Amino acid sequence: MTEARTQSAFRDAGLSALIALGLFAPLIGLVTENGDNGLTLRARPIAVAVVVVLVFAGRLLMLTRAPGPPVPRKPATNEALRRAGQAVAPALLVFALVLPLGGSRYYVDLATLVLTYIMLGWGLNVVVGLAGLLDLGYVAFYAVGAYSYALLAENFGLGFWTCLPLAGILAAFAGILLGFPVLRLRGDYLAIVTLAFGEIIRVVLINWVSFTHGPNGITGIPRPTLFGLAFSMDGGEGTFAGFFNLEPETIQRVTFLYYVILALALLTNWFTLRLRRTPLGRAWEALREDETACRSLGIDVTVTKLTAFGIGAMFGGFAGAFFATRQAFISPESFTFIESATVLAIVVLGGLGSQLGVALAAIVMVGGLELLRSFLSFLAEQMGSELFAGIANELPLYRMLVFGLALVVVMVLRPRGMVSSRAPTILMEAR
Amino acid sequence: MTAMLSLSGVSTFYGAVQALRCVDLEVNQGEIVTLIGANGAGKSTLMMTVCGSPQAREGTIRHEGDDITRMPTHAIMRRGIAQSPEGRRIFGRMTVLENLLMGAEAAGRTDSEATLAEVFELFPRLKERIGQRGGTLSGGEQQMLAIARALMSRPRLLLLDEPSLGLAPLVCRQIFGAIRALNRRTGLTVLLVEQNAFQALRLAHRGYVLVNGAISMAGTGAELLARPEVRAAYLEGAHA
Ligand SMILES: Nc1ncnc2c1ncn2[C@@H]1O[C@H](COP(=O)(O)OP(=O)(O)O)[C@@H](O)[C@H]1O
Ligand SMILES: [Mg+2]
Repeated sequence: MTEARTQSAFRDAGLSALIALGLFAPLIGLVTENGDNGLTLRARPIAVAVVVVLVFAGRLLMLTRAPGPPVPRKPATNEALRRAGQAVAPALLVFALVLPLGGSRYYVDLATLVLTYIMLGWGLNVVVGLAGLLDLGYVAFYAVGAYSYALLAENFGLGFWTCLPLAGILAAFAGILLGFPVLRLRGDYLAIVTLAFGEIIRVVLINWVSFTHGPNGITGIPRPTLFGLAFSMDGGEGTFAGFFNLEPETIQRVTFLYYVILALALLTNWFTLRLRRTPLGRAWEALREDETACRSLGIDVTVTKLTAFGIGAMFGGFAGAFFATRQAFISPESFTFIESATVLAIVVLGGLGSQLGVALAAIVMVGGLELLRSFLSFLAEQMGSELFAGIANELPLYRMLVFGLALVVVMVLRPRGMVSSRAPTILMEAR
Repeated sequence: MTAMLSLSGVSTFYGAVQALRCVDLEVNQGEIVTLIGANGAGKSTLMMTVCGSPQAREGTIRHEGDDITRMPTHAIMRRGIAQSPEGRRIFGRMTVLENLLMGAEAAGRTDSEATLAEVFELFPRLKERIGQRGGTLSGGEQQMLAIARALMSRPRLLLLDEPSLGLAPLVCRQIFGAIRALNRRTGLTVLLVEQNAFQALRLAHRGYVLVNGAISMAGTGAELLARPEVRAAYLEGAHA
């Protein structure tokens, strides 16, 4: 390595360290603590120093490691990778099916959360991944689904299974409603209008107090039943526990909810995979590639876009209804822009259009951090380490930071997302 | 006999800019008609106006006798008109087969099996590359794919915008040969937009010359080739 290159690498690494110092001095260096007389600030210079040194060393390493010629993958390796890739989806499915058998409420709850995001990701994948319509307001349909169920249950006493299709249909209508004004918009403009749509729905939910109870939200949303068997704690006649002569336990309901969202997510996946192989699905993908070409072939672009918005929204609505029944309480606060951003990030990270990619991204982005936290607290417990315990406790505070970091890292390493290969919708052999 | 396609007094505007000036043009059943003109003369605009995007502001466009001037694009393209647009515009991430199916399905056709075989007979190269992604084809293959995709809807009228653009002379001759074969064998009517005037005029039964959005000359291919103004303006330096 030449003298000049070393010098410039050091300069670059120094600059990076400086930026890290500026960023992390306030972020990590200062903590508020509840002292005797209110909140006090405590400085943590050592933690900042550790991070800055790490950044400096990392950057230096990145720059000085000689960039060798790219090693072409052997065909055998490629083949092995492809095989492994094919095994991932079935393995995940089996894992998802047996997960509640572990009997840990914590993991079932976490997996339910992850599956909700997978479902949302798959729904948004129809709009953004397949049809290529950038939608920043997807949470609106989640909200419409959730409020549809909550309000139908409250006002008409309808149950979850009756309301689930209704919530989907109402959300689909909301999707088509959004579709009409944005038909002629593309790219950035489309993104802005959908963003506004998401906010409008939330603001309406907050302000239409007589109908939605405003910021107070809706409480006491009924839980789903299993063929009419409720999961209540009294264990009487007509409850799940009563019917099967079991001791009533919360874990039964939690597990049931888990399987409900798993079924909903799998339905979404199955439906989308089927649709992809139909003329409509292919038209969506063609639309993503070249709208002008689609028009010149005779595709009705209006219908194609509206069905994408409608079907994507419908899945969002299903997920919303599930969210409402799981929480038993919803308020507009659950439907902020950050939810749209999270789901969009999952779709982009996963690789636009890839069902498996979306699932992997949701697992990493939603479940990964939580798992890391529990792993660190486990380590801390085992080793009695203060440091690990501290990191584990603080980790949730850095959720968005880690989220952003993961986004950047994936986009640098794999600019087209985690699963970027596109499977053809039809093969010659199959004909 | 009603013409396959007829334009009378058609004017098209982009905002305030007029791109076509009172164009009259006719394409009869079974003909190859070529439209030649310099860069920016309005050739592509004319072709797109036939497809209704942009729509003509004045004048009438008839297809097999029916007024299609105000129809939406997708309705026009389902009447037995197909187009291979300027710049090919194939779907780069989709396979050759998917691209072809798009051509059939977009026009509402589901019986693509037989058409597929015919298209492969015309362009055997595409059959070899059936599972390859469109974006990874060579320029000539992409052009073949664009034409084949248009043919998949079994059109009676085929609109081609500069199919020879950026292709080596040999590939170019292949493409023109395929167009001629199609026309002879199936009686397919073709409106061919070209800058490559020499080859286009030799191929076509009739031709029109477009200058600044207006038709300046019309005649049979041989007539136009013989006209000194045409030779001077469009054939200068052409590999004859
Ligand atoms: N979308 C558009 N908006 C505005 N002006 C356009 C547009 N497309 C083409 N034009 C203008 O119309 C004229 C004709 O263009 P075009 O039909 O593409 O010519 P050609 O195909 O003969 O090269 C040109 O002056 C061009 O600048
Ligand atoms: Mg042109």
